[in-house]
Amino acid sequence: MGAADARHLLNRTGFDAHLDEVGEYARLSRREAVERVLAGAQTTARARPPEWVSEWQSPRRIRQMSAEERQALFRDLIEKGLQLKAWWLAEMLTTASPLTERMTLFWHNHFTSSLQKVRAPGLMYRQNVLLRRHALGSFSELLHAASKDPAMLIYLDSATNRRGQPNENFAREVMELFTLGEGNYGEQDIKEAARAFTGWSLDPDTGEYLFRPMLHDDGTKTVLGRTGNLRGEDILDILLERPETARFVTAKLWREFVSTAPANERERAELERAARALRESGYSLRAALRELLASEAFWAQANRGALIKSPVDLVVGTMRQFDVDFSDALPFVFLLRNLGQDLFSPPNVKGWPGGEAWISSQALLARKQLLERLMRVEEARMTPAAMEQALDLKKPMARRLLQAMMDIKFSARDWLRPFQGRDMPGTVQTVLLALPPANDGASAAQGADLLRALTSDPVYQLK
Amino acid sequence: MRRRDFLAASVAALFLPRVALAQTNYRRLLVLIELKGGNDGLNTVVPYADQDYYSLRPRLALRRDEVLQLDERTGLHPSLKPLWPLWQARELAIVQGVGYARPNLSHFRSIEIWDTASKSDEYLADGWLARSFAASPVPASFAADGVVVGGNDMGPLAGTGARAIALAEPEQFLRQARLANPSGAKRNAALRHILKVESDIVQAASNLGGGAQFRSEFPRGPFGNAVRTAAQFAANQAGVAAVRLSLGGFDTHQNQLQPHARLLGEIAEGLAALKAALGEIGRWDSTLVLTYAEFGRRPQENNSMGADHGTAAPHFLAGGRVRGGLYGEAPQLGALQDGNLRHAVDFRSLYATVLERWWGAPSARALNGRFPTLDLLRT
Repeated sequence: MGAADARHLLNRTGFDAHLDEVGEYARLSRREAVERVLAGAQTTARARPPEWVSEWQSPRRIRQMSAEERQALFRDLIEKGLQLKAWWLAEMLTTASPLTERMTLFWHNHFTSSLQKVRAPGLMYRQNVLLRRHALGSFSELLHAASKDPAMLIYLDSATNRRGQPNENFAREVMELFTLGEGNYGEQDIKEAARAFTGWSLDPDTGEYLFRPMLHDDGTKTVLGRTGNLRGEDILDILLERPETARFVTAKLWREFVSTAPANERERAELERAARALRESGYSLRAALRELLASEAFWAQANRGALIKSPVDLVVGTMRQFDVDFSDALPFVFLLRNLGQDLFSPPNVKGWPGGEAWISSQALLARKQLLERLMRVEEARMTPAAMEQALDLKKPMARRLLQAMMDIKFSARDWLRPFQGRDMPGTVQTVLLALPPANDGASAAQGADLLRALTSDPVYQLK
Repeated sequence: MRRRDFLAASVAALFLPRVALAQTNYRRLLVLIELKGGNDGLNTVVPYADQDYYSLRPRLALRRDEVLQLDERTGLHPSLKPLWPLWQARELAIVQGVGYARPNLSHFRSIEIWDTASKSDEYLADGWLARSFAASPVPASFAADGVVVGGNDMGPLAGTGARAIALAEPEQFLRQARLANPSGAKRNAALRHILKVESDIVQAASNLGGGAQFRSEFPRGPFGNAVRTAAQFAANQAGVAAVRLSLGGFDTHQNQLQPHARLLGEIAEGLAALKAALGEIGRWDSTLVLTYAEFGRRPQENNSMGADHGTAAPHFLAGGRVRGGLYGEAPQLGALQDGNLRHAVDFRSLYATVLERWWGAPSARALNGRFPTLDLLRT
């Protein structure tokens, strides 16, 4: 299929690919390449998680704490939150299965939960493990599992939803954001579904899901035309039976992998076909993704470079692409926060809006500055804005951050070596950019200047 | 208006549609302050003589002798003391009961309603200021139409209609702006957006001189710095029409007394500093400050010494041309709807007041409807 197609597939399904990966995939047909990408997807992370991830602190104990103890706990939670973010970033930066991480992030932005509200980094870790396990599995199993996930029970208030005092938060979001999409249900469906979800709770001693029959409303409910003594699980199954669910989820996958929206009748038909594949395969996400990646729309020239890189795409992609040496992912945690994508802390239940919203003047300048500093890291030690933030941190963390920053190394000359003997600017450009540079002169430069010109071109912000 | 201008305007009125007649005056600056999370209005502008207030909030209510009494039934939270001189100078207007019909209690949905000036069940893409600036353009010589200080979310300035920039502080922005390059082929929509942002940056940076120095001091901390940045934009020759600041942390579901007092103190000290700084450069009379938030909070306190999401709330307008005093309607705690306050003033009336009475721009199209303006500005 050639280098340009290989690059497109690898960068859309993973993080910016290397020259040798591009070369390897270039020899395959599109179909073979898609199968290889899908077959390689893993379900667990390789990076070693922090030691405390299985610890659980009962809220009862926390309530009994003195003011000082609570303050110490609070500081501890902040530090653990940072460690958790650094762990996931390390996984993204080193994984052999980038599609898995991309999909895990996709689900993090779908079944959102935030450290800000959940306040238990261990639960956020468990949720992340769950999302990764089902990342390319069955959407049906994922929906059931994510709904009862402890972090989710806290984030959308299921844990306080009880008979006689329903909390509609989860019932509303499961329909609006997780399955049907807005306009495909009524307010009455939400009220009734909330009753069905009563009794879903969290065991304070273990931090695990617990059903409390005493708090469950076992009266008759009617949701989307179905009446009965419905339980929470029944509601999820009713939602999975609706064709709107497959369409809603597939449209979101389309926005992640193909383009901002189907552009014409033919593309709409391709989206519909992928949605049908999802539904008819019993919600196999691999089946839906296979359809999307095989679609004409995915390969269409008009859709190349049509998506804006997320901060994760930009940071992880750039570090991987340029083989940047680092000892610790912590600095990238702060970078991502600066760029507007603080992992484990999406802005609200809708997640990061993405697309053009990633690029404000502030975010764009921060992106450009990051790239410029990275390309000049040989001349001057990298000092991103993370440095300024580091001053707010407690000392051990600040020291760790400083050391990590000192360890970031990149050499343009080394990186360019494999390109020698080829059509230098042309090949480098094919690897780095999804489209020809917006600025004509960008490819005229040599050596490190060429890398600077191409990474500072607006097209570098696209995938 | 001078006589010649008047004649020209009269002649123009015969030939031009009414809208084109409006003389917009964007030398008048709007400073928006978003109280992120939903401010507890009842503990900000306190109905201290209302018995219902004390029965709904046995633990949260502020005592009669704590509040700064504005009249025989309304008082300000004591942390708002720095606003007292503004109140006495009659430069502080408080509009009570600001909200909208069929309120949405979700943070993200409700702030979207406020930012886009939509109805409760209407979904609009662009911010209200962006829509208005698209219809009544800010002069091209301005550094930008609007500036968001701190944070990447463009709020009321989101959309293609406005030349808007987001920055933390001007000096850093100017240092970084050399990295922007707006030239190049616009191959697709994504690239077009990026090049527009690059162009907004270059335009803003080329018109922003060095930061103005003020004798007045600004409060320490991020919000104080943001207020300083707002003052620097006000001092700038090229100018901007609107600056949006924000302060987060108002989502006070638990143990709210202390954090809420601190937040109100930050707002009040920031406002007082802004008045002092703008007074130095003769800009206070051409500046209008307006607060807003996605909602107020529930009148009935919750079990965690906090207050849950509510609906209507009071908002502040301040500036040299503001006609100080109380507007709107005091909270009707005896007539709650689903436990929340009914609104008395639609938030879009505040926006219409800004557009029509502050800038002299038409409001009906930008706001998707006609909303009565409030008579709280001196001409």
